[in-house]
Amino acid sequence: MKAAVVVFPGSNCDRDMAVALQQAGADVTMVWHKDHDLPAGVDLVAVPGGFSFGDYLRCGAIAAQSPVCQAVVAHAGRGGYVLGVCNGFQVLTETGLLPGALMRNSGLKFVCKSVGLNVVTSDSAFTAGYTSGDVLSVPIAHHDGNYFADEDTRARLRSEDRIAFTYTANPNGAMDDIAGILSENRRVLGMMPHPERAIDRLQGSTDGQALFRAVVDQLAHA
Amino acid sequence: MKARIHVMLKNGVLDPQGEAVRHALGTLGFSGVNGVRQGKVIELDLAEGTTEDTIQAMCEKLLANTVIESYRIEMI
Repeated sequence: MKAAVVVFPGSNCDRDMAVALQQAGADVTMVWHKDHDLPAGVDLVAVPGGFSFGDYLRCGAIAAQSPVCQAVVAHAGRGGYVLGVCNGFQVLTETGLLPGALMRNSGLKFVCKSVGLNVVTSDSAFTAGYTSGDVLSVPIAHHDGNYFADEDTRARLRSEDRIAFTYTANPNGAMDDIAGILSENRRVLGMMPHPERAIDRLQGSTDGQALFRAVVDQLAHA
Repeated sequence: MKARIHVMLKNGVLDPQGEAVRHALGTLGFSGVNGVRQGKVIELDLAEGTTEDTIQAMCEKLLANTVIESYRIEMI
């Protein structure tokens, strides 16, 4: 199973993401933002956390226009899998692969701590290793994680079972406590919390492991 | 030619920064500030003949996120 991790100027969770995917058994290639093509045969593209392009203009806005992101959009259009974490989630909303936007935290502060996450749906390659109703402990570290989408969009996310994770205690003002959402075909997941920072007991939680294992296993057998 | 783009959060989208500024004004003793909305202004120095349609495309594609923001183009 082949995974690619996108690297922008200012990405800082790219190596952690690569380690998490490798630990789950993926063959990982790093892809530079100026690359126009993804490596041949890539199953999953991960867009990591960080501060791509210094968060200039809006978080993820410049990255979303980069050559590699056009390739990521095309990959998703062919039914490819994409995981965006933190800044990666912001990038995916800016590309339009996921609906809504991530706004400044309602408390105006950068929040860096472990949070409780409710698994809302296990119906995706990413969340198949959990049972809906599970509560995970996963870190967040962001200034702009306040999920916004209009009422119609949120109603649609709910009715199509596309809310992947919600916070047990809302840390940033996100509407409906939303921490992560899926695309219509359930193959694109964006989430603010960092599952790649919860894959080793030394990190204080291994609750993120099941996400990487599930998606890698599913794509390895696809 | 130049264009000035005003980008504001749409009505109905909560603006926590504007709310913090409103609160700070109150703390400084300025009463009667009922609301503050914070946006941004982007000035474009453009080649002569750039059409308003092109500028609009710039706004739609990059300068504003129309999920949460509205924009206004001012030719200067």
